[in-house]
Amino acid sequence: MTLAIEVTDLHKSYADFEAVKGVDLDVNDGEIFAFLGPNGAGKTTTIEILEGFRTATAGSVKVLGQDPATAPLSWKEEIGIVLQESEVEPELTPREAIRMYAAYYQAPRPVDEVIEIVGLQAKADDRIGKLSGGQKRRVDLALALIGDPKLVFLDEPTTGFDPSARRDSWEMIENLRALGRTVLLTTHYMDEAQQLADRIAVIAAGKIVARGTAKELGEQVKAIPRISWIGTTADGLSVPFVQEGERLVVEAEEQDVIGVVRAITGWATDTGIDLPGFEVIRPSLEDTYLRLVAE
Amino acid sequence: MSWLSQLRTQGSFDLLTFRRNPAATFFTVVLPLIFLFLFTSIFGNEEINGVRVANFYVPGILALSIISATMVNMAITTTTRREQGVLKRVRGTPLRPWVFVGGQVLASLAIAVVMTVLVVLVGWLVFDVQLQSSGVPSLIISLIIGTAAFCALGLALTTIIPSVNAAPAFTNAIALPLYFVSDIFIITEDTPSFISTIGNLFPIKHLGQALTESFNPFIEGTPMPWGHWAVIIGWGVFGAAVTATRFRWTPWGT
Repeated sequence: MTLAIEVTDLHKSYADFEAVKGVDLDVNDGEIFAFLGPNGAGKTTTIEILEGFRTATAGSVKVLGQDPATAPLSWKEEIGIVLQESEVEPELTPREAIRMYAAYYQAPRPVDEVIEIVGLQAKADDRIGKLSGGQKRRVDLALALIGDPKLVFLDEPTTGFDPSARRDSWEMIENLRALGRTVLLTTHYMDEAQQLADRIAVIAAGKIVARGTAKELGEQVKAIPRISWIGTTADGLSVPFVQEGERLVVEAEEQDVIGVVRAITGWATDTGIDLPGFEVIRPSLEDTYLRLVAE
Repeated sequence: MSWLSQLRTQGSFDLLTFRRNPAATFFTVVLPLIFLFLFTSIFGNEEINGVRVANFYVPGILALSIISATMVNMAITTTTRREQGVLKRVRGTPLRPWVFVGGQVLASLAIAVVMTVLVVLVGWLVFDVQLQSSGVPSLIISLIIGTAAFCALGLALTTIIPSVNAAPAFTNAIALPLYFVSDIFIITEDTPSFISTIGNLFPIKHLGQALTESFNPFIEGTPMPWGHWAVIIGWGVFGAAVTATRFRWTPWGT
């Protein structure tokens, strides 16, 4: 399989701090790859090096076979960029803006087709200044797609969106998969990465701390189920417990969960104590991610 | 698409955004005309030796219009686009950077041409201002040189303007005092010499005077104000050099 993006030992230093500390990244042709991390982890710095806006301090970067720092303008025919923060002339309508950007490319997609892909048919002739945040983001994506790129960069495509606007955006990004495009997206939402991406790399403090499919990531951090109920004492309980707020909590290895539950319910029956709010919780991928970046 | 049609497309969309921006159209198109009516009302428009006084206001108003359409408009629009991330997005496309800038310059030229026609027409129809045919070549040359130079200066200004909010303030703080020392608003024989010296250093006065020659009915033959043009071109080259070395496509501080 050919690689759309190939990054080896990427470093980026600013005057007094190192934002990226040796990142390796392989993105296959046609896959949706999520670059996941908290704010300030180095996501935007890395993606802007890949887009050609910043230059690397050290390391090798190949995007569609070229080093973005030295690639000719024609290289940009094949990439589409949605920046984290950028506006479009508010005086124009989406259709006009898309037509203007179409003129920048040698082989653009038809304007109407792009409007349809991003679902802007109903708003195509309204002024962009009057659109909602989510609708403006659709215009951003349309401008990134008009050149019919092989590779699309999406820098935090849903940050600041309400849940329904996020769902809509996810649908739109899923549509890109149907078009067979390679997508590199950054996000600080685990559920977003999980929902959209074939593979995920987690970055924290300038380094990649985990990578793989969503499922593989879940397995990399040991998931410890937690059994808890509302109570204050548990004298005579045979398993170790801790008090957390109003709840008593027992942590159990996955294979021991049934045994631990049996021990607790047996103890409750023997002593005649109730177990109000009893629950067994397995950590979500979100919890897994939070643990990863906290380490 | 060839660069020529890209240039045309860019220019026409820049004109469209200008037309739909009420603030820009008011300050560039309406305000100079209001000034023209005000000045002629305040200072009168009597006939001296067969020439209306407005003959000497119209070139100043014309200079003001050209500078608004080019330097002021360019500095404010480009700073706004830079801070909004529009310029950065454009840099992410295969469009040649100079075609993007060239489209803006073309749009500014179109606005300056329209304003020239408008001001000359209003001057002629309302205030009886005469433009001899011998003044037309120098008028056209001044218009083209002025547009190019003041567009370059507008772009150069963006390199010292840090934010959208600061753009009108910076631009007006530079342009307004210069209008006053450059015989644009006030034309009098007894300007203190230090004021006229300051005016002579900067290009606005030279544009005003070059245009005045085009409208001066007492000049024999075809006026060709080489000296004024040379100063305007010099400032234009300076603006282009500053732009070439210091212009940024990404928001200030990133």
